[in-house]
Order: sequence, then C-alpha cells, then structure tokens
Amino acid sequence: MKYLVSIGLETHVQLKTDTKMFCGCRLSTEDEPNTNVCPVCLGLPGALPRMNAKAVRYTVMSGLMLGCEISRYAEFDRKNYFYPDMSKNYQISQNGHPLCIGGGVDIPEDGREGAPMRHIRINHIHLEEDAAKINHYARHSGVDYNRCGTPLMEIVSEPDLSSPDEAMAYLLKLRQILVYAGVSDCNLEDGNMRSDVNISIRPVGQEKLGTKVEIKNMNTFKGIHAALEYEIARQTEILNQGGVIIQETRRWDGDLGETFSMRSKENAHDYRYFPEPDMLPIELSEEQIAQWRALLPELPEQKRVRFCEQYGIPAYDAGVLSAQLPLANYFEAVIAAGAPAKSASNWIMGDFLRLLGAAGIEVTDCKLKPETLAALILLVEKRTINMPTAKALLEEVFPEGGDPEALVRERGLAQVSDTGAVETFARQAIEANPKPVAEYKAGKAASLQYLVGQVMKLSRGKANPKLAGEILARLLAE
Amino acid sequence: MNANASASDIDVARICELAHFCLSEEERDRFQKELEPIVAYVRKLTELDLDGVEPTKFGQPVSNVLREDIVEPSLAHDTVLANAPDADENEFRMPKIVE
Repeated sequence: MKYLVSIGLETHVQLKTDTKMFCGCRLSTEDEPNTNVCPVCLGLPGALPRMNAKAVRYTVMSGLMLGCEISRYAEFDRKNYFYPDMSKNYQISQNGHPLCIGGGVDIPEDGREGAPMRHIRINHIHLEEDAAKINHYARHSGVDYNRCGTPLMEIVSEPDLSSPDEAMAYLLKLRQILVYAGVSDCNLEDGNMRSDVNISIRPVGQEKLGTKVEIKNMNTFKGIHAALEYEIARQTEILNQGGVIIQETRRWDGDLGETFSMRSKENAHDYRYFPEPDMLPIELSEEQIAQWRALLPELPEQKRVRFCEQYGIPAYDAGVLSAQLPLANYFEAVIAAGAPAKSASNWIMGDFLRLLGAAGIEVTDCKLKPETLAALILLVEKRTINMPTAKALLEEVFPEGGDPEALVRERGLAQVSDTGAVETFARQAIEANPKPVAEYKAGKAASLQYLVGQVMKLSRGKANPKLAGEILARLLAE
Repeated sequence: MNANASASDIDVARICELAHFCLSEEERDRFQKELEPIVAYVRKLTELDLDGVEPTKFGQPVSNVLREDIVEPSLAHDTVLANAPDADENEFRMPKIVE
C-alpha cells in the first residue's frame, strides 16, 4: 500500500545574546563547567528571573522575517518536569500566549532545486530557556549548569512536510533566514540549532492524519534525515503487516541508525503548565514592532530579485550570490570597490568560490579583501593584464591577500597590447611553424588558435590574445 | 464518604510519581484527606457568576520588566558547588542516568 507522510518539526534555535535568558551570566561554550552560574541558574530559593530584552527583540525579529503575527501580549509559563538538567524542576517557557503566531517558509517541492514552491506553515514561535548539560561517565553522571538558561527560540511547524528531503529544505531555509536576521549563528556543531520531529503516515486517500510518533536526540541535519527515513520504513512495515502505530516518543540512536521507544518518558508529557508568577507579561506596542521591523535586513529572496534587477546578472547567479549573507555582502563590496557587476559575479561564482572550496573556508575567514578582487578585475577590464595572468594572480593573492597592481608592475606582467610588439611575435610564430600556417591557409581555421598559443608563449603570456589573433589573421591573409 | 472520591480533582499518588515524592501509604491517605477541604474551599468560587472575569495571573498590573543584555558576575566556583550533595572539582555528581 502507498502511504502519505506528514512531518512536523520543533526547532530550537539558540539566540545570539551575550547573557542568559533570565540572568546576567555569560553565555559561553568554552568556559570550565559551572563557572557561568548564579542563584537563578541553580534554582536557589528566592532567586528571581529577570528577562533579557535582546532575546525578546530577536524572537520578534525572527517572527517578522518568517511572516508571523506578532503577539501584542505574551506570557510565560512553567513547564514542570523532574530531571537533573533543570535545577528548578520547571522550565520557563511559553504555552498559552507565545510571542509569534503563524507564518511560514516557502521551499521547493521535495527539496528539489527548481521544483514548484510549497508553503510550510509555522504554528507559532515561543521563547524559553535551555536546560543544563549532563555528561555521562563510567560510574556516574555530572551536571554542568553553564548551558542552563540559554535563550532558546522554539519554532514549531505544522505537519506540512511530506518527506525527509522537504524537512532538510525547510531547516536550511530557516537557518538561512535566521542567520540573515543576525539572531543566531545556527551553528550545528555548537548545538545552536536542534530539532525534534513528529511524523505520521497514512494510506493515500485517507484525510485524517495517522498516529504521530515523536523522535528526539538528532544532533545533525543528517541525523534528522536518517531518523525520518528509518521511521517511515518502520511505520510502513507495521501498517503493511496490519499492525497499529502507538503514539509515543522515540529516541534516535545515531550509531545504530535506529529509533527506540523511550518508555521512561511516559509521564513526560504531563507538564502541568501554569502561568509563571515570577515573570510579568510582555506587551508590545505598534511603535515598538515597527521600530524592530525597521532593523530587519533584506530577505534572501528579496535580495535575489534585487541582484537580478539592479546588476543584470542571471537568476541562477543571483540565487547563489544571495544564498548566504556573507557572500552577498562580499559581492556587493567588490562592486562598491569599482568592479563591474557582471565581471564581479563571474569571478566570484567561478574562481573565487572554487578557491574557497579548495581551502575549505568560509567567506568570513577569507583573507582576500573585496577591494583586492575588485582591483584585479579592473586590471582585466582595462586590458592591463589578460585572463590567464589574472587567474594566476588570483591564486597567488587568495591565501594571504596582496596588491595585484604592484605585482603586475614588479613582474612586468602587463599585457602587451602594443601592435608593433605583438606583430613581431606573430611573425616569429609564423616563421617557426610552417605546418600550421599551411593548414590554416588550406582552410583549417583551428590552426590559427595554435599560432595564437605560440604568440602567447613567445610573449611569456603577456600578449593580448585577441590582438594576436587579429594580427596573425591579417599577416596570413597577405 | 471516601476521600479519593471527594478530592477526585487531585490524584495524590500520581502527583507524587510526577514530582518524585516518596510518601508512605498512610502519608498519601493523610494528604488526600487534607487536600479535600482545601479543594472544597477553592471550589466555592464556582458558586459566583464569573462570566467575563479574567483570572488574576500576576500580582501587579505591570508588564515589560526587562534587563539589558549585559554580562554580570556569576557565583564563585566553590560557592556554586557548596550545596551539592556530591561533586567533583567541576560538576555536580549524581548516580549514572541511563535513558
């Protein structure tokens, strides 16, 4: 039987603040355990939480970027559970009145490039605190409260995703937008972005969603994809054999590549939410929301369209250049430094991205300044150097930067566009290569390219190849 | 009248399980009985016509009590671990948790 898949994601995103959600302790993953800890983190009696204004602003900005309705009134609630990672035995979260409601992102169907777009709805976004980290040892476990109280924004999607690939496309889109907004680094290695998923399958033709299963403990996007694939196969097998899916929480074991029922958490869903009396509500005025809206950067999609229109570059190139904010900024900085947009796009899309990839670094780690790349591009534009020389120079200045103009002067790399000089090389080339000359004269046009190559060689790469071709053609026609 | 039936809003045994309280059977019965008059007292509210009255969730009519995102000193390391029933030099130590 054929089944339809419905996947929903609960994505926790760590906000880029300096301090924790409810106290002034520093946020850092590098410090010794239990050093960034205060009475609030430890849940000591009488300790009162104080809300981080920036975390509220970042959540609202995320909501605005994701098309959410911003709540004019929001509250915090206690989510009660008993576990050593939460010193107070409750997590401060939002249940009834979250900061953002609705919204969504558009992704290509099944995550395929160029496929028609699908709208994935977001149910709401709420703000909460992270739990402490528990480390496991041979004979005991240890708790480090440094992470306890880290501001987390939880983005809850509707079960609109219909395959693991769509789940990936959704997460990548979320990450792109949130990094653009500057609210999170969304660094997966540091656990800045973690998702729990719920998944159900139902026979084609059935309207009502099947029984959903929640899966936890995926640390990477790859893990989420693998867990979903595993779970679809597991549930399909059960239904095919006439069985029933049990509503439960399962844990993904990345090493074994399987999900396991978490029977120990049977009571975990009875969180007995109630309003957090220590936290006064948030009220947002129209003016406040408008102020924050003004701080929003251009969305990736808006930037792509603008790049096409403003710079006249192809849609594909605009898509690549706008996909990551640092690359988009680099591209515009190269243009601002005087390079024509089309050449800037060609150089960045081609050699620059290739060199970045080969070096295994990000744009932000690149030592080649946009101004330097622009200077190099301008040397080609002004025909001071030819393309092969420029490409060789880029390879040279890419790792540490440099001054292309000075290098060209020092090494006499300037292209020879002096007709007299090129003609001398052309005559030498004709003299030394009677066979290609005869072939060319017999009608084999490609032989001219061979002769141009010889002129380039004689000039040690400095001749203007276009000029060389013209002069050769003229001399051979005589 | 049976205590369990009259204070049926609160299942003491289940609450104990969720909150990891270990109570003896006698203690459970006692709390179940003591909770009954408390629940009955609060239930008096339902005798009033409260249509259109919002529940009071906060003690003061104040909102937006916020703090700037500025780092403040944390507790000294020794102080943090001072009340721990068991600790090594860095972490709160506890029996191994197996999922």
